[in-house]
Amino acid sequence: MPYQLAWLIFLLPFFSFVIISLYFRPFLNHKPKLGGYITIAALTASLGLSIWALLEVMAAPGYKLPIPDINWVIIEGGVTIHLGLIMDSVTAVMLIVVIVVSLMVQIYSQGYMDGDPGYHRYFAFMSLFTASMLGLVMADNLLFLYVFWELVGLCSYLLIGFWFHRPAAADAAKKAFIVTRLGDFGFLAAILLLFFNTGTFDITELHSLAITGVLAGTTLTWAAIGIFAGAVGKSAQFPLHVWLPDAMEGPTPVSALIHAATMVAAGAFLVARCYPLFSHSVEALTTVAIIGAFTAIFAATMGLVMTDIKRVLAYSTISQLGYMMLGLGVGSVAIGTFHLFNHGFFKALLFLGAGSVNHATGTFDIREMGGLRKFMPWTYATFVIASLSIAGIWPLSGFWSKEEILASALVNQPILFYLAMITVFMTAFYMFRVVFLTFGGEYRGGGSESHGKPHESPSVMVMPMVVLAILAVVSGFWNVTGHFGQFLGHGETHSFAEGFFGILTHPLPWISLMLAGLGILLAYAIYSAKWLSAERIIKLFSPLHTLFYRKYWFDELYENVFVGKALVNGFFAGLQQFDAKGVDGAVNGIASGAMAAGRAVRRVQTGQLQLYGLFIGVGVLAIVICLYFFG
Amino acid sequence: MSFNYLTTIIFLPVVGAILIAFIPGLSARVIKRMAAVFTFFPLALSLFLFANFNRSLGAAGAIQFEEKVSWIPAINAHYHLGVDGLSLPLVILMTFLGFLVVLISWKIDLRPREYFAWLLLLETSILGVFCSLDLLLFFLFWEIEVIPMYFLISIWGTGRKEYSAIKYVVYTLFGSAMMLAGILSLYFTTGSLNMVEIAQTGLAPFTVVIPVVAIFFLLLTGFAVKLPVFPLHTWLPDAHTDAPTAGSVVLAGALIKMGGYGMIRLCVTIFPQVAQQYAPLLVAFAIISVLYGAAVTLRQTDLKRLIAYSSISHMGYVLLGIFALGQVSLVGATLQMFSHGIITGLLFAMAGLVMHNAGERDLRKLGGLVRQMPIIAVVFSLAGLGALGLPTTSGFAAEFLVFVGSFSSTVVSGIQVYTILGVLGIVITAGYILWMLQRMFYGPALEQFNGVKDANILERVYMFAFVAVIMLVGIYPAILTDVIKTGIMPIMGLLGG
Repeated sequence: MPYQLAWLIFLLPFFSFVIISLYFRPFLNHKPKLGGYITIAALTASLGLSIWALLEVMAAPGYKLPIPDINWVIIEGGVTIHLGLIMDSVTAVMLIVVIVVSLMVQIYSQGYMDGDPGYHRYFAFMSLFTASMLGLVMADNLLFLYVFWELVGLCSYLLIGFWFHRPAAADAAKKAFIVTRLGDFGFLAAILLLFFNTGTFDITELHSLAITGVLAGTTLTWAAIGIFAGAVGKSAQFPLHVWLPDAMEGPTPVSALIHAATMVAAGAFLVARCYPLFSHSVEALTTVAIIGAFTAIFAATMGLVMTDIKRVLAYSTISQLGYMMLGLGVGSVAIGTFHLFNHGFFKALLFLGAGSVNHATGTFDIREMGGLRKFMPWTYATFVIASLSIAGIWPLSGFWSKEEILASALVNQPILFYLAMITVFMTAFYMFRVVFLTFGGEYRGGGSESHGKPHESPSVMVMPMVVLAILAVVSGFWNVTGHFGQFLGHGETHSFAEGFFGILTHPLPWISLMLAGLGILLAYAIYSAKWLSAERIIKLFSPLHTLFYRKYWFDELYENVFVGKALVNGFFAGLQQFDAKGVDGAVNGIASGAMAAGRAVRRVQTGQLQLYGLFIGVGVLAIVICLYFFG
Repeated sequence: MSFNYLTTIIFLPVVGAILIAFIPGLSARVIKRMAAVFTFFPLALSLFLFANFNRSLGAAGAIQFEEKVSWIPAINAHYHLGVDGLSLPLVILMTFLGFLVVLISWKIDLRPREYFAWLLLLETSILGVFCSLDLLLFFLFWEIEVIPMYFLISIWGTGRKEYSAIKYVVYTLFGSAMMLAGILSLYFTTGSLNMVEIAQTGLAPFTVVIPVVAIFFLLLTGFAVKLPVFPLHTWLPDAHTDAPTAGSVVLAGALIKMGGYGMIRLCVTIFPQVAQQYAPLLVAFAIISVLYGAAVTLRQTDLKRLIAYSSISHMGYVLLGIFALGQVSLVGATLQMFSHGIITGLLFAMAGLVMHNAGERDLRKLGGLVRQMPIIAVVFSLAGLGALGLPTTSGFAAEFLVFVGSFSSTVVSGIQVYTILGVLGIVITAGYILWMLQRMFYGPALEQFNGVKDANILERVYMFAFVAVIMLVGIYPAILTDVIKTGIMPIMGLLGG
């Protein structure tokens, strides 16, 4: 594959952004659908190129294609910054996830966004979003990666705030940008620290410096933790998880893209990309594992009680990303990335399903839905497949990657393993709570904007869901024989047993399957068969329910206490007062002091010669006395 | 003798000013066109110089397009002009802004004759500061600048304009008094007014009239008022807030860069040892300016005042880059001066348009304007993204070079901690920029702004010019860093030796 074509993989969607946003504006107003077609065409071409790239990488020695660099800034004796692309196994796999999910989302959006006045703007931003994410996974040095990292953040800002006339959307967009930027601060600091110690931004060079032990000790640990801070922000890990649930204010297909393939995936990808820096620092790796496992269970508890379908899915994303971090922390690049790969398909499908349901009922509140199985068979079927997959039911894709994470956690961090096991149960429960409430029982009337009976979405929306459903079933098969692990990890596999049925010869899968089954059963018992009353259970666990439902009061803590009271209205307000009264007061004080002094001294200038003569006399006398004593 | 490019660039605007002021009976239309012509040619010529500038490393440190004529032989003063890698970008910045502020001022109808005459004189004086290589000439241009600025603020300004104008003048004169004392001490020490010569020989061979440290701080105080550095900054928010749009653009865009330029050209170059000795102190002041400026910005509710305070924060990065005293950090600081000039110039231009078209400047009362002014909203957002240092804008390239350079600096111990604190500033910056954009443009469309107009053709033209430069430098910063580094390299030689 000529290396120029690799550049095209992310440049094509970028050109699509430029074309839609600049050149054909007046033309597009006559043919509104064209914006979507341009995006889809660009992504299809990129998909072809990235499949080609994947095949070439698989065949290449060391799973890596060489691509020459381009000079960016060179300051002799200071810095030399090249821009270049990397084409290795992690990149090739990520390209496939990002482009496939994005392509499906764009096709779906043709139906979902039909008639929206911001149709072109939507596709322009979506193109740029995809292009930035593709650039991010292909960048070969940390600075270039950071450029795309920020652009991804910008695009989520623009897309979360897509319906900017709604204050909630504008607030959510701002929150997403600022919270993630807090993490970016750590990332940028890590880049500076690494450059200071190694003189390079190049990822491959940094890898070899970490592996050979040149880069080691506290420097390495701090650098890794700084990078992880960036990942925590983007991947919405505790304690920077607060932006993601609010991010559902954007159009639903945007959520699908953010949650599955672009924004949040960037965090887990970053850790995978810089993995040697982590794996040579026990502290850093342990931090990743602990934050991951804790976030997984922490987010799952909130997912248990949310009544908004997108919020449940948002917490499930945070929780699943926790799994990925755990997989990276206790296992390897292959294990974490494999879950990222599988999660991309089923999570996109879940969001598209939620969008489809919303299209039909005009609400996201699962308490107002119900009975949709009859009206929307395709949405129902695909949603159930995705739910089974995320719950980790054999042989769907989620099972394969989750099993590997659990297996390596059991070996390396037993305590975290138990947290992850509890989360398996919770995941199955909250997903099937949604399934039974949304699709089971009788239709409860939908939202205030609903019109008559719900109906299945148009085929342009159903088709991408079917494609993703197929992928949600089969994508896990890639590692049945351990090929994925070998491709990414160069020969490591971590599940206890191999093979399609072989894996069931070990007890661990049975335990996790049992837990997941229990979760589904409990959801069935409460929300479908109604053996247990949901109200009574909520009452029984009322304090816990409140704690989960209010999201542990983290929003209040951050927004009101930290940012509101302590900083903006506290410390910063104090500084402002200091600036106005203290610094500027001093300036004006000096000025008015000078004026007052001038007024006082002016009295002396009376114009009476006798008085001046007197002063001259006093002065002369003083000089004479001085000369007499000191001279 | 070859064509005197720099003299032509510097004095074309003032020739225009004189013609505008003294030809009787000119209509406002003609005056504006004349102003545009007399600012366009300096821009074109400075771009020509940029294209012909010798960027090769062999020419590092060489003064190019030099002009030298004896001026006052009695005190050994020369009419001495020239540019190097440090000053050329700032000259281009000024000619660029000089031309565009004429376009920005197209709607000025109050006493246009005087207005444009002052505006053009202002451009000449700032260009003179960047091109002068003789200390007396430098000081002369430095002082001339105060007069047009005073009239621009006090006649065409808004709010407490007289107070702000006089505050600006008194504050600046306080700084220049210090600077004059410094320049005189330099002259009486070395007997020369030639900046290049003094820098090359250094002060070591001479008996200094007052301690070297005192000369350094006299000069530095003059420049620190201009930059501005905490706690000498309070003239800036008032002057910006009450100045007319074009005044704010020039003030934030080019005028405060004189401070940073002076610090590099005189303080660092002539006193490398003193600069090294006091760098820790000055770096600390830089970080205070960055964080304090950003924190106070977050509390502002007046559109122009918010942008003005953000300048204090951004100029803190310049000071950080300068006194980290590293090759990369100095290049970054110079690039940051250029980049901030363009970005904040655009921010003020856009703020002026919003205020003019919507008739409101209180951020708490604005809202939903993206419906009425989509183009202004897009361009304002781009400028905002540049200000918060988003990659692909010049703001990122400049700030990143400052950070990399400062972090790796060997002059100040513990500068890594300072740099990290400085990086924290970009989080707060994101906060106030996004808040500002949200308050102006997002949310439901408000009734009182129905019928508010978007940018007209002329305004779109200059917006595009600004955005093009921001993106060009952001995507390919080497276009400027290749020039700037030739100016910085000799300074590194002095610091090392």
